Amino acid sequence: MTAPPDDCLARNEWICGEYLSTRRQIIVDAVLQHLELTAVSVLIALVIAVPLAVVARRWALAAGPVLALTTVLYTIPSLAMFSLLLPVYGLSASLVVAGLVLYSLTLLVRNILAGLRAVPEDTRQAARGMGYGPIRLLLTVELPLALPAAMAGLRIATVSAVSLVTVGAIVGFGGLGNLIYAGMNTYFKAQVLTASVLCVVIAVLADLLLLGVQRILTPWTRAVRS
Amino acid sequence: MNTISEAWQWLTDSAHWAGDDGIWHRLTQHLVLTVVCLILSCLIALPVALVLGHLGKGGALAVNISNVGRAVPTFAVLVLLLLTPIGNWGEGPTVVALVLFAVPPLLTNAYVGMRGVDRSVVQAARGMGMTGRQMLWRVELPLAMPLVLSGVRIAAVQLVATATIAALAGGGGLGRIITAGFNLASTPQVVAGAVLVAVFALIVEGLFEIGERLAPGWARGRGRTG
Repeated sequence: MTAPPDDCLARNEWICGEYLSTRRQIIVDAVLQHLELTAVSVLIALVIAVPLAVVARRWALAAGPVLALTTVLYTIPSLAMFSLLLPVYGLSASLVVAGLVLYSLTLLVRNILAGLRAVPEDTRQAARGMGYGPIRLLLTVELPLALPAAMAGLRIATVSAVSLVTVGAIVGFGGLGNLIYAGMNTYFKAQVLTASVLCVVIAVLADLLLLGVQRILTPWTRAVRS
Repeated sequence: MNTISEAWQWLTDSAHWAGDDGIWHRLTQHLVLTVVCLILSCLIALPVALVLGHLGKGGALAVNISNVGRAVPTFAVLVLLLLTPIGNWGEGPTVVALVLFAVPPLLTNAYVGMRGVDRSVVQAARGMGMTGRQMLWRVELPLAMPLVLSGVRIAAVQLVATATIAALAGGGGLGRIITAGFNLASTPQVVAGAVLVAVFALIVEGLFEIGERLAPGWARGRGRTG
């Protein structure tokens, strides 16, 4: 007969080193799932958002519908979004990714479009005068100048995605959200607090990482921006 | 296609509209929760933002609170509150979590709106001998109104969406129909619930849009700070 262990796990304390050491593998897996879901969603959204924003910039007629559609998608609550996609994707990670892509799209399209629109007409004229075709103008002048606004959108989209992934727990693919969901049902305080804190840490680190990327990609803004 | 017709059947079945788990009851809960939390958060955020904006202090605070709010998953906050003594207050955790999430956009928009008022107009008001209080009520607030109201709109829509997540943590509201559907493994109910939630969110957004169009000039125009 051994006495039941009297550690912080048994006492169900909020902060518990024992939890971290005994469940390390579970926590690491959840963090990896969280990172993967976020990264894949934001990347797919970025790939879709750039052409959409370029099209909306070129043809004024397209701008209205594109912005309206993305705004409507953003209004739909996350739980409903994941549930509406259920018949299409079933209980899978793709379901969560699809929902997150739709949310990130709004933020990205809006910001990239704002960035493209902010390119001064003089600059475009000058590039045309130097013999730049429309494609070269877009790739070497307009898109780089739109980068600061686009990166701002990317940062907001990424931070929001990190926090929204947790709702994916409803279908079992919520990364750290899974731990929070399970911890809620079993009243496991250490697990809920650890997973919540890790979510915030991931969001902050991702934001800082993107800020660093932004500074490297747009050296010309450094003197102006504080 | 099959799921959609089954979801439609679920929605049109009058048995699903009545009773404590019925659609009407959940809809009322959702509405009451949203309105109560919106009023509470306005009472907390707006006075603080207006005074700080008038004094021109605490700008970094207002903006940073907004950014932090985005990084913290609502679901995590809900569950954390649920496991604290607040969890025994019935809808307490939901209300606290929702208010926490509605305050940042209100605070930021109202603050930015107050600071955005043309300084020369404020100088002129001071030159006319207005006291600080008169300037706040008669000059700055009316001019900042469009942004303040746009913050209220963002907060309202965010509340409708977040009130849905409350269902994951056992709270009431329309999200409950979705989570109940998941527990019953009934995809038609999940989809039907999701449609209800999405439509409700879109109606709220639509009502604000209409209100904005009909509003007198001083309240119109939307600058958003996100």
